[in-house]
Amino acid sequence: MLTYLLRRLLSAVVLLFTISTLTFFLIYSSGSNTARTILGESATDQQVLAKAHELGLDQPIMSRYWSWLSSAATGNLGTSWFTSEPVAYSLETRLPITLSLVVTATVFAAVCATALAMVAAVRRGWLDKALQVLSVLGFAIPSFIVAIFLISTFAINLQIFPATGYVPATENPRQWAVSLALPILALLVATVASSASQLRSAIIDVMQRDFVRTLKARGLPTREIMFRHVLRSAATAALTVLSLQFVALLSGSVVIEQMFALPGIGSLAVNSTTRGDLPVVMGVTVYTVIVVIIVNTIADLLAAWLNPKVRSTL
Amino acid sequence: MNNSNTAGGGRDLNKVLRTNKIGAAAAAFLVLIVVASIAAPLLSPFDPQHVDLTATLQGPSKIHPLGTDSAGRDMLSRLLYGGRTTLTAAVTAVLVAMIIGIPSGLLAGYYGKWADSVGVWASNMLLSLPAIVVLLAGRAAFGPSVWISMTVFGVLTSATLFRLTRTTVQNVRHELYIDAAKVSGLTDTRIIGRHVLVVIRAPIIIQASMIAGIAIGVQAGLDFLGLTDPNVPAWGTMLSEGFRNIFVDQSLTLWPALAISLTTMSFVLLANGLRDALEDKPHAAVSTTAGRTISTVSVRESDSDSDSDSDSDSAAILRVRGLTIAYPDASGSLVFWVVDCVSFSVAPGETVGIVGESGSGKTQTAFSILGLLPEAAQLVSGSIEFDGSTLWGAHSGRTTRESRALFGREISYVPQEPMSNLDPCFTIGYQLTRPLIRTGGMTKRDATEYSIGLLERVGIVNPTQTMKSYPHQISGGMAQRVLIAGAVAPKPKLLIADEPTTALDVTVQAEVLDLLRGLQADLNMSLVIVTHNFGVVADLCQRVVVMRTGAIAESGPTEQILESPRSAYTQLLLDSLLENKPPLSRLPRIA
Repeated sequence: MLTYLLRRLLSAVVLLFTISTLTFFLIYSSGSNTARTILGESATDQQVLAKAHELGLDQPIMSRYWSWLSSAATGNLGTSWFTSEPVAYSLETRLPITLSLVVTATVFAAVCATALAMVAAVRRGWLDKALQVLSVLGFAIPSFIVAIFLISTFAINLQIFPATGYVPATENPRQWAVSLALPILALLVATVASSASQLRSAIIDVMQRDFVRTLKARGLPTREIMFRHVLRSAATAALTVLSLQFVALLSGSVVIEQMFALPGIGSLAVNSTTRGDLPVVMGVTVYTVIVVIIVNTIADLLAAWLNPKVRSTL
Repeated sequence: MNNSNTAGGGRDLNKVLRTNKIGAAAAAFLVLIVVASIAAPLLSPFDPQHVDLTATLQGPSKIHPLGTDSAGRDMLSRLLYGGRTTLTAAVTAVLVAMIIGIPSGLLAGYYGKWADSVGVWASNMLLSLPAIVVLLAGRAAFGPSVWISMTVFGVLTSATLFRLTRTTVQNVRHELYIDAAKVSGLTDTRIIGRHVLVVIRAPIIIQASMIAGIAIGVQAGLDFLGLTDPNVPAWGTMLSEGFRNIFVDQSLTLWPALAISLTTMSFVLLANGLRDALEDKPHAAVSTTAGRTISTVSVRESDSDSDSDSDSDSAAILRVRGLTIAYPDASGSLVFWVVDCVSFSVAPGETVGIVGESGSGKTQTAFSILGLLPEAAQLVSGSIEFDGSTLWGAHSGRTTRESRALFGREISYVPQEPMSNLDPCFTIGYQLTRPLIRTGGMTKRDATEYSIGLLERVGIVNPTQTMKSYPHQISGGMAQRVLIAGAVAPKPKLLIADEPTTALDVTVQAEVLDLLRGLQADLNMSLVIVTHNFGVVADLCQRVVVMRTGAIAESGPTEQILESPRSAYTQLLLDSLLENKPPLSRLPRIA
């Protein structure tokens, strides 16, 4: 177990290093004139040069990379070129908002998708077909179109939910939940749709295994076989599906945050990209990769907890 | 070979268009989008970027069929030109993904070793990245062009094509015809070109269609976020423009939203249609139509009821009469007759062997007694009686609640393959005690004690330790003993063993047979052994039923059948046994 976690940590460091290095060289090697963008059209060439010097843009890329890496290793991701706010600070204030969005959506999706998949796998028939059609629709329609539909229905026509805005949970928990309801719903549709059909196949796959037949022959009730045995064996596949869905949700939340004016990582990512605020772009990349690694590790540990065969390989 | 490839691809597509209406509609819609986009300059009434501030936010009219946006630009023209961006996005992403994914997948799958390790690591990395972060980084580095964003996306999704190609190639790599091609001196390039590409073609077409659909959604998302050039008309840009005015006019979002959704959906539906056509799912039609078919064939019952039942004595514990089982094909008509008018009976304490080669219907017969036939199987006629009551018959259709209560108490089952018949997620102890608690009404403590005793009885050396073990921690022979212990735990009247020794080592086989014999004597239960091995029959059975292609070839006392078989088929089975293997204990006396 301990060696497993150490191995996991090592591979996480390697992955983080590889991705941040690739990203660094990708975005810093381009020739866009950031100093000019920051200062605006009215600035003189001299001012631009001075700004470029201040930001270290006149140094060779290798030395800039080295200084970024050495300070990033200590947790210092630099400061934004535009707001002069420390990158780590703005990420840490925004991360909880994105996570509350994505984690809630994942949990709800897991519950809904499992329930749908179970019913479809056991009953088959029209319900199964309906699920398959819905999963195609949910998978194919981008979440921002679902969001537009939700906003025009619930925020504009029915006026049940606010269209935009964010209220911190510490300020007013009820308002907080209300402000997150539509964004989570918008993310949920696609996630439930695509994971339910995959879970359905996983469940049907387990239902056809030999041990399920033997359990039936032992006289165990179908309900117990389905909930204890089939679900547990299908959980390994389900966790893989859900951890991939989590990554997809991180992507989806970028658009959703922008639409609902939620101050999460996503809107930070969009703003910094359009402006060319490279330290923030790097910071977003590093934090997202860390979140993904943590989630994948949790999924693997859960799989090991549920399945002794996986556990023995740790 | 190459000609037949393209012909095959054409046939697949034709099949979809003929049989799958949704798939055909999706394909038609995509053709429409392609034509409209290419012909955009001819079809558009206005320049898509033509601003007319005197005509903003107009509804549909003769001049502007779909109205105008907040800058007075013609919606229809923008929609038509926007299709070009969409198609560029789809084509770029698919091409990039194919160019990277397929060759690397072929390399990794065909040659394995380090190419495989590197490929798998890289594809895992790509798949674990949130696409949007990479897309944003690409945008920050190279600017806001469709080509760039979709090239980046193509690189990301190439991981899915890599995986698909790799797995498919790995599956065919060890096929005999690949070996044959190697032996006959074909070069690797030619083998890949001739044999491997044929196999991966269909899954790749399906996956490419999916990628196209997703790419369009992603590109629309980037346009929507304003991360692309606002001067290029695109559906996502239109949608974003409409969204900004959503409180003024909700209809602005309608057309771009429809265009994006329908196009992505069409690609996904086309992919699904192709998959369905290639997989030819038969089970979809089964359950809905099977009931009707039964009534049309149940006429058969009358001719099967009376005969061949003469040899059964009145004290039989199990009586199978005229059992006929069939499976429906895709259209729902019962075409696969797996068991045809089988009748036999088992007396209390008697051991009966059901012998036959694979496909003879012996396992189907056994499963029908256990109520374990797959959903699709239909009992066409006949009945199964156990201990005086009907387990199921053609009249009642499926097993009743009362008869289900017999399974696991009075009727038990020892399966063929020991390892796959234990749930890998639960300890041996749990799997042994749970049925005793659940259906036998024992307390947990009693069940545990009783199970430890049983494990000892079936010859497991360290029962307490074994109770705590998981199935993957014990050997196949031990697993079979555990399964036998589980089967005899409720002290059943009838034990049905399906090839109980086939999957075991030769040395263990004899021990397991001895065990079954001993347990049968202890519990005075009846035993039905399904096997292809006459050695097992000679060793254990008093009577034999020889089955061939679903019907009984002959049946009778073991000695009689071994010494003077009436059926040529039985003779054949006996001959093959004597030629290949030294017979088990009783055979030498007979031969």
